[in-house]
Amino acid sequence: MTKYVLKRIGLAVLTLFIITLVLFLLVRIMPGNPFPSERMSAEQIALKRQEMGLDDPVVVQFFRYIVNLFHGDFGKGTSLYYGAPITTVLTTCISNSFKIGGIAIVLGSLVGLVLGITAALHKGRFLDGLCTVLSILGVCVPSYVFLIFLQYTFSFKIPFFPYFFDPSRFLFSSVIPAISLSLFTMSTIARFTRNEMVEVFDSDYVRLAESKGMYGRSLVMKHVLRNALIPIVTVLAPLVVDLLTGALVVEKIYGINGIGKLMVDAIAGEGIDYNYVLALGILYSALYIGIMLIVDLLYGVLDPRIRVSAKGGDD
Amino acid sequence: MSETPKTILDIRNLDISFKTNAGVVHAIRGVNLDLCKGETVAIVGESGSGKSVTMKATMGLLDSNAVVNSGEILYTYTDDSGNEKTVDLLKLPKKELRQNFNGKRIAMVFQDPMTSLDPTMTIGKQVMEGMLLHKNMDKAAAKARALELLNLVGITDAEKRFKNYPHQLSGGMRQRVVIAIALSSDPDILICDEPTTALDVTIQARILELIMELQKKMKLSVIYITHDLGVVAKVADYVDVMYAGKIVEVGNVNEIFYDPKHPYTWGLLSAMPDLDTDDARLYSIPGSPPNLLHEPTGDAFAARNQFALAIDEKADPPLFQVSRTHFAATWLLHPDAPKVEMPPELIARIARAQKEVEKYL
Repeated sequence: MTKYVLKRIGLAVLTLFIITLVLFLLVRIMPGNPFPSERMSAEQIALKRQEMGLDDPVVVQFFRYIVNLFHGDFGKGTSLYYGAPITTVLTTCISNSFKIGGIAIVLGSLVGLVLGITAALHKGRFLDGLCTVLSILGVCVPSYVFLIFLQYTFSFKIPFFPYFFDPSRFLFSSVIPAISLSLFTMSTIARFTRNEMVEVFDSDYVRLAESKGMYGRSLVMKHVLRNALIPIVTVLAPLVVDLLTGALVVEKIYGINGIGKLMVDAIAGEGIDYNYVLALGILYSALYIGIMLIVDLLYGVLDPRIRVSAKGGDD
Repeated sequence: MSETPKTILDIRNLDISFKTNAGVVHAIRGVNLDLCKGETVAIVGESGSGKSVTMKATMGLLDSNAVVNSGEILYTYTDDSGNEKTVDLLKLPKKELRQNFNGKRIAMVFQDPMTSLDPTMTIGKQVMEGMLLHKNMDKAAAKARALELLNLVGITDAEKRFKNYPHQLSGGMRQRVVIAIALSSDPDILICDEPTTALDVTIQARILELIMELQKKMKLSVIYITHDLGVVAKVADYVDVMYAGKIVEVGNVNEIFYDPKHPYTWGLLSAMPDLDTDDARLYSIPGSPPNLLHEPTGDAFAARNQFALAIDEKADPPLFQVSRTHFAATWLLHPDAPKVEMPPELIARIARAQKEVEKYL
């Protein structure tokens, strides 16, 4: 097991290195100017390029970048925030995105689980249909449409929640974006839970458990839920990454200073900010790889078929 | 036979249909079945003849689209305070059935040991579960009993196996665990739904012997569901031959094997592969069972029956009595019917088998 974990971590680091290399090259090839050319003269730009080492050979630039990365230094922005260190800006943005994303994940998974379990227990009846309609709706309607709807209803028509994100009232102003973001997770988890549970309910081992005399709650808790939830962990992983890395449109609309908004600004600002795009790309990849790694290891903990290798019978 | 053994399970006139998207399937069309204490009854028939459905009804495990149209399943038992009681299992609420009968008094062994154990629970826990439910045992006592059971069903190294998950055991071992689970709460009746179909031939015999040995030790009454006549010959006292949701012939094992009356039973026996039969071709009953979505009028077997009479097309034959224990539902037994003998190949085969048996007597 330890060997397996070490191998997986090694592979993860290697993958991340390759992604960094590819991103680094892609950013250099990308059309557009890293500096806001309308506001800077040609001399200023040339000076700036020299100062940031953009005229050095790409190989040199890359290795300098890697060495800096190891010191936790993502460099400085070229056009955003007047060249403040990226690491500082990133910390604030990550904190906002993670907190709101985290609320959305917890909310979405819990409500999704409840909906899915309810639907499965009432298979083929009214509640099953209702949950199915709700979850189809949640998958189909984009989160920003829902955000605008909530904003309009609960901030404008009934002025209860703030119209925009306000860091000084963090929890209160997170309600609307977190709910909007949680919808997709909720629907996906609900549909998946329902289908898995229905499948497990039909399985031979649940028949056996029933023939032992198990029924009702203890049957569901002991035999159905655990077997149904194991595969759900795999669906949850990409959803978590999506939510943590911030929803580009939702953050932009609701004015949340998160990494989604930062990404939009870095690309659609006055100049394409090389270093921000690169830093965010690496961050997204690292999160994705990291969470996938955690899920794979968690899967092993939850599922004895992976954790305990077969030792074979003798019959 | 000093005294007539007591009937403990009496299925009367059971009639079940399934609502499907294609329409209503009339799967069980009036089944009667008796099981006496300590005896073994085998239900034989092709796939889809309704053997498993009958037993699922007994266990309260019917799918939700099943409708019980009529009938009763009477179970006679001695309750915890020592009084003899008879209940209709079909009338009991699910909860009552699970709490007081499933596992505790009537247990079941399923067909496929590869899928019938919970993959995320250790086998020890799965064996203990039933006892904790029904026996008011504490964990330590249940564990001790579980280890005893695992030893009893022939699992070596039970202490170590106790903590194993199902995927770490072979098919034969898993079936032994399933049997241990079934026996864990000392049931009266053990229902075995094709317990050896999914296993290697070499392990089949061992599992059958195990069940027979346990039956003697624990005074169980056993119902086998099978399509393997070899299994029937080995284990059964009585045989019920089922076809298209009905019992077409019932008798003790000698009557069914040496003096079968129903053409379907003739077909089943002829279809058994046999080294001494001269014909190189394997015999099989022509055609396939009727689709019970469209219930046939008359005898359901008529279309495949080379001995069918004109009346078979019109009316379903009742059960004609052949002996005290032997009944068959075929018009051939009607006093007015023409005299029809079973196929000569089968007569020859039965004669050979009888000679074989005499050798050992």
